[in-house]
Amino acid sequence: METFIQQIVNGLVMGSMYALIALGYTMVYGILSLINFAHGEVVMIGAMVTITCINLVSSIAPGLPGSLVFTAGLLMAIPITMVLGFSIERIAYRPLRKAPRLTPLITAIGVSITLQQVAMLIWGRSPRSFPAIFGEDAPHKLFNLDVSITNIQITIIVLAILLMAGLLIMVEKTKLGRAMRATSQNPEVAGLMGVNINTIISMTFVLGSALGAVAGALYAANYSRADAYIGFMIGLKAFTAAVLGGIGNLAGAVLGGIALGLIESVGAGYIGPLTNGFLGSHYQDIFAFAVLILVLVFRPSGLLGERVAERA
Amino acid sequence: MTLARYSLIASAVLALAACGQQQNTEQPKQDPNAAKPAADAKPADAGGEAVVKIGHAAPLTGNIAHLGKDNENGARLAIDELNAKGVEIGGKKVKFELLSEDDQGDPKTATTVAQRFVDAKVAGVVGHLNSGTTIPAAKIYSDAGIPQISPSATNPDYTKQGFKTAFRVIANDIAQGKALGDFAVDNLKAKKIAIIDDRTAYGQGLADEFEKAAKGKGAEIVKREFTNNQATDFMAILTSIKGAKPDVVFYGGMDAQAGPMAKQMKKLGIAAKLLGGDGFQSGEFIKLAGDAAEGQFASQPGLAKDKMPGYADFNTKYKAKFNTDIQIYAPYTYDATMLMVEAMKKANSTDSKVYLPELAKIEYSGVTGPVKFDEKGDVVGGTVTVYQVKGGKWEVMASVGGAAAPAAAAPAEAKPAEAKKEEKKQ
Amino acid sequence: MSSFDSMKQSRTGALVGFALMAVALVLLPVLFGKGLGNTWVRNLDFAMLYIMLALGLNIVVGYAGLLDLGYIAFYAVGAYLYALLNSPHLVPLLQGTGLEWILGPSIWIVIPLAALVAGSFGVMLGSPTLKLRGDYLAIVTLGFGEIIRIFMNNLNHPVNLTNGPRGITLIEPITLFGHSLGKPLHLFGLEIPPLYQYYYLFLALTMFIVFVSIRLQDSRIGRAWVAIREDEIAANAMGINTRNVKLLAFAMGASFGGVAGCLFSSLQGFISPESFGLMESIIVLSMVVLGGMGHIPGVILGAVILVFVPEALRDVINPLQNALIDRKIISGKIIDPEVVRMLMFGLALIFVMLLRPEGLWPSKRRRAELHPKTDDIARQEKDSVADAERNHD
Repeated sequence: METFIQQIVNGLVMGSMYALIALGYTMVYGILSLINFAHGEVVMIGAMVTITCINLVSSIAPGLPGSLVFTAGLLMAIPITMVLGFSIERIAYRPLRKAPRLTPLITAIGVSITLQQVAMLIWGRSPRSFPAIFGEDAPHKLFNLDVSITNIQITIIVLAILLMAGLLIMVEKTKLGRAMRATSQNPEVAGLMGVNINTIISMTFVLGSALGAVAGALYAANYSRADAYIGFMIGLKAFTAAVLGGIGNLAGAVLGGIALGLIESVGAGYIGPLTNGFLGSHYQDIFAFAVLILVLVFRPSGLLGERVAERA
Repeated sequence: MTLARYSLIASAVLALAACGQQQNTEQPKQDPNAAKPAADAKPADAGGEAVVKIGHAAPLTGNIAHLGKDNENGARLAIDELNAKGVEIGGKKVKFELLSEDDQGDPKTATTVAQRFVDAKVAGVVGHLNSGTTIPAAKIYSDAGIPQISPSATNPDYTKQGFKTAFRVIANDIAQGKALGDFAVDNLKAKKIAIIDDRTAYGQGLADEFEKAAKGKGAEIVKREFTNNQATDFMAILTSIKGAKPDVVFYGGMDAQAGPMAKQMKKLGIAAKLLGGDGFQSGEFIKLAGDAAEGQFASQPGLAKDKMPGYADFNTKYKAKFNTDIQIYAPYTYDATMLMVEAMKKANSTDSKVYLPELAKIEYSGVTGPVKFDEKGDVVGGTVTVYQVKGGKWEVMASVGGAAAPAAAAPAEAKPAEAKKEEKKQ
Repeated sequence: MSSFDSMKQSRTGALVGFALMAVALVLLPVLFGKGLGNTWVRNLDFAMLYIMLALGLNIVVGYAGLLDLGYIAFYAVGAYLYALLNSPHLVPLLQGTGLEWILGPSIWIVIPLAALVAGSFGVMLGSPTLKLRGDYLAIVTLGFGEIIRIFMNNLNHPVNLTNGPRGITLIEPITLFGHSLGKPLHLFGLEIPPLYQYYYLFLALTMFIVFVSIRLQDSRIGRAWVAIREDEIAANAMGINTRNVKLLAFAMGASFGGVAGCLFSSLQGFISPESFGLMESIIVLSMVVLGGMGHIPGVILGAVILVFVPEALRDVINPLQNALIDRKIISGKIIDPEVVRMLMFGLALIFVMLLRPEGLWPSKRRRAELHPKTDDIARQEKDSVADAERNHD
C-alpha cells in the first residue's frame, strides 16, 4: 500500500510537469492548428538558462536563501524563453501560415534540431548539474507512512496548480483570453471584430514559452541536472499528454498530463508483477504511446476534445 | 520532365564526379612529401623509409568525444615514440603514421570509417572505442585481413564472432560482471540484490553477467528493473525496488543516469548501496549525485592506476605532450599500438597477413600490465578494480580476479591504508 | 506522369537518353571507386538504400498526404527479418522444433517476404489510425515507430528473439545464383568486389521501385491518393473507398521500407536497435520534403543530397580542423564538427521550407499550387484556404 501511494506521488510530480508543458502545445494548437515541435526545446533552454542564471546570481550575491536565488534565476530565464518563443513564431511559422500543413511541421523539426545544437554549442554536451542552493533537500514523510516527498516536489505540484488555474482564469475572464478564444474559433471573424490576430498568436507563443521555462526550471531542480537532450523526450511526452486530453483544450492538457504521469509511474511499478515478468519496466516509454493509440482509436479527439470534422 | 532530360542531368553529375576524381588524384602529386600526420590517403614515400599506416577510430565528436580524443592521444604518443626511437622491420627503416578517424559512436558510420581504413591500406587498426561500433567494423577488417585491437570495447560478442583479426586489451563484460558479482556477495555481504540496466548493449550485457555471478554466489535477485540512457526519472522503478528491500542496487549504465539515480534513492530513503561498472566510475557521477555519491561503488577494468607498472611514467609523458589529464583508456590504446608494432618486429614484416599469427601469440609487458591473448582474442586474466566514493573522491577498494594482478600489485606498496585490508580478495 | 507522355513524343531521344543514363549508372561505382576510394562506393550503396526508403515514404506522405513519423519501423522490420533468417542467432531457439528449415532462405523468398511482412505492419499501423486527422496521425505513427524500436530492444526476454540492445551479429551476405555477395565475383576476367556487387543489386531494386512508383503515380490508385491528399471528403464523395486506398498507401510504402531494411542488414552484417531511432525517420522525411514531395526525381535528389553532403563534409571539415589544430592555428575548445553538421541540417530544413516550401525539385502541380501563375488562380487558392479555415472546428 505504501508503495502504491508512493507511486501515485511520483506520478503526480511527473504529471504536473507534463501538464505545464502540454499547455504550451495545446495553446498553440488551439489557435494555429500547428504542432509546435520546438516547444520541448524551449523547455530545455528554459532549464539550461535557469541553471546558468542561478550560478550567476549565487556568484554575485552569495549567501542568499535558496528559494530567492531560484526565483531570481527563473525570472531571468522566463523573458529569454519568451523572446525565443516569439522569434520562433515570427521566423519559422508566420511566413508559412498559408502553406500546406506539412511545411510548418518540417520547419518546426528544423527549429528543434537547431535549438538543440545551439544549446550544445553554448553549454556543451555533458549534463549540467543544478547548483545545490536548497541545501539538503531532505524528504518528508507523508501521512506518517513510509512515503517520501521533498520540498521541490511539493513546489512542483503547488506551482503547477497555481499556474494552470491562473491560465484558465485568464483565458476565461480577461479580454486577452477572449481574444484568444475568438482567434481559435475563427481567425477571420475575430480579425473583423477588431482582434489583432498576429498579436494574439505572438502572445500565445510567449505565454506558452513562459510556462515552458517554469517547467524546465522545475525539471532541472527536481532531477538536479539538465542537458541539451532533455527537451526532445519530455516534449514528446507532453505532446502525447496534450493529445490524450484533447488537443486545443486547456483543461484537457492538464488532465492528460496528470493522467500520463500516473499511467507511467503506476505502469512501470506494476507491469512486471501483473504480467508475471513477461513485460517489465523497460516498456515504460511504451505506455504513453500505447494509451495514446487506444484513446485515439476509441475517442479520436482525445478525452475532453470535441468531435471535429476532418479538415481537408 | 523527359527521360532524355534526366539522363542529361545524370551525365552532368557524372562529369562532375569525374572532375572531382581528377582533382583528387592530382592532389598527392602536388605535395608528395606530405608530412601531415593524418588525412592523406596515398602512401607517402618519405626519403627511403617505408611508411606504415596504423588506423585509429573513436568518436571524436559527440557526447563522449573527450574519451575518443584521449584514445587518439594514447595511440599518437606511441607512434611518436616509435618514430623517435626508429624501428627497423625487414631490414628497412620504418616510419609509422597514425590515421585517425571519427566514427561518431554510430554503427553505420563505423563501417564507413572501416572501409576508409581498408582503402588507405593500413597495416592495423587500434579501435574502436564503443562496442556498438567495434562489432560491425570487425567484419570489414576481417574480410580485408587487417588486425584490429580495441582498447575499450567490453561487449563479449566482439570476440565471439570468430574473426581471427579481432583482439582487445581490456577485460570484457563477462570478467567485469563476474568481478562485481563476487565483490557484492563477498565484500559487501549482499544477500538481496536489485538490478537496473539502461537497455544499451553495454548496460544490459554488464547487468546480465553480474546477475549470473551474483546468483552463482548464492545471492537472491529480488528485482530486475530497466530504464533507458536518456531517462532522468527513476522514481517509479526505485519505489518498486524499495518495496523489495535489497542490500545492494546494481546499475548497469552511464554516469548521466547513475548520478540522478543515487540522488533519487536518497530521496526515497533507500539505504542500499549503489554499485556499478566503469560507466559511472567518473568525476561526472560525483558532480551529478552530489552528497548522494558518498559511499557508492563502481569498478573499472584493469588495474588501479597506481598499480599499473608503467602508469606514472606514462602519465608524465602524456601530460608533457598533450598538456591535459588522462581520461580513461589512453594507456590501453598506447599498449595496443605498441604491441601491434612489437608483433611486426617479431614477424619482421609489416604485412598484416604475416604478422597476424605473431600478434595472436604475443606476450607483451605494457603500461597497463602484461598482455596476452587467448584463442578468441580476449586478453588473458583481465583484472577489475572496484572503487568507492570517499570524501567526494573515488578511492580504490579492491582489485578482483585476473592472473595479472599479483605480479603487478607487488611494486605498488604505497597504497592507501584502507584499501589494504580489502586486498585479501586477490 | 509527364515522362511517359513525352516519351511517346520523342521516342528515339528518350531511348538514347535512357541508354546514356544506364551506362552512366553502371559506370558510376567504378568512377567513384577509382577516384574517391571504396568508401564512396559504400556511400553510393547507402544512397541507393535511402532512395528506396524515401520513395517508400513518398507514397505515404507525398502521394496520399498522410504524415508518417515512424516510417523507419518498417525498415527495422525488414532488417530484423533478414537478420533473423540469415544469422546463427535463431539456431539454438529452433533446435528440436523441426523448424530449422526456415533459416537461410533464398533471396527470392526473403525480399518478397520482407515486403509482405513490412506491408502487413503498415496495415497494422494504418487500420487504427484511419480516422485520425493529420497531426494526430503524425504523433501516433511516431509512437508506433518508438514502440517497434523498444520491442526490438527488449525482446531478448523471456525468449531471446532479437538479442536486445546487443543486436544481431554474423548476418550472412545475400546469395544470388549460388554466389555470395560477400565474395569477389570473377566475370569475363574482371574482379568485381563485394561493394560493387551490392551496388548493382541495390541499383536494380531501386530501379524496380522507381518503376513501381511511376506506374503507381499514373494509375487509378495513384490518382485516388492524390484526391485524398487534396480533399478527403470530396474524394469519398467521388466514390473512392478512402479506407482501402489509405491502407494500400501504408502497405506499399512500408513494403519498400522492408526491402531496403533487408538489403541494409545483409550489407552491414550487424544490426542493432540504435540504427532505427526516431532521427532516422526524420531524416528520411526530410529527404522527401526537401527534394519535393510527391515528385520522384525530387525525392531521389533529396535522398542523394542528404546522404552525400554529410560525407563530403567529413572529407572537408574534419581534415581542415585537424590541420588547423596541428598547425596550432586554433587550439583549445574547438567547435564540434558534428554540432556544425547538425546545425546546418536544422537551418537548411528551416530555410528551404521558407524559401521553397514545395521542395528543391517539385512536381509541376505542387509548384503551381504554391506559386500561382495568375492572380486569378492565387485568389482561388486563397479562397480555398479560407474555406478550409472556416470548416475547421
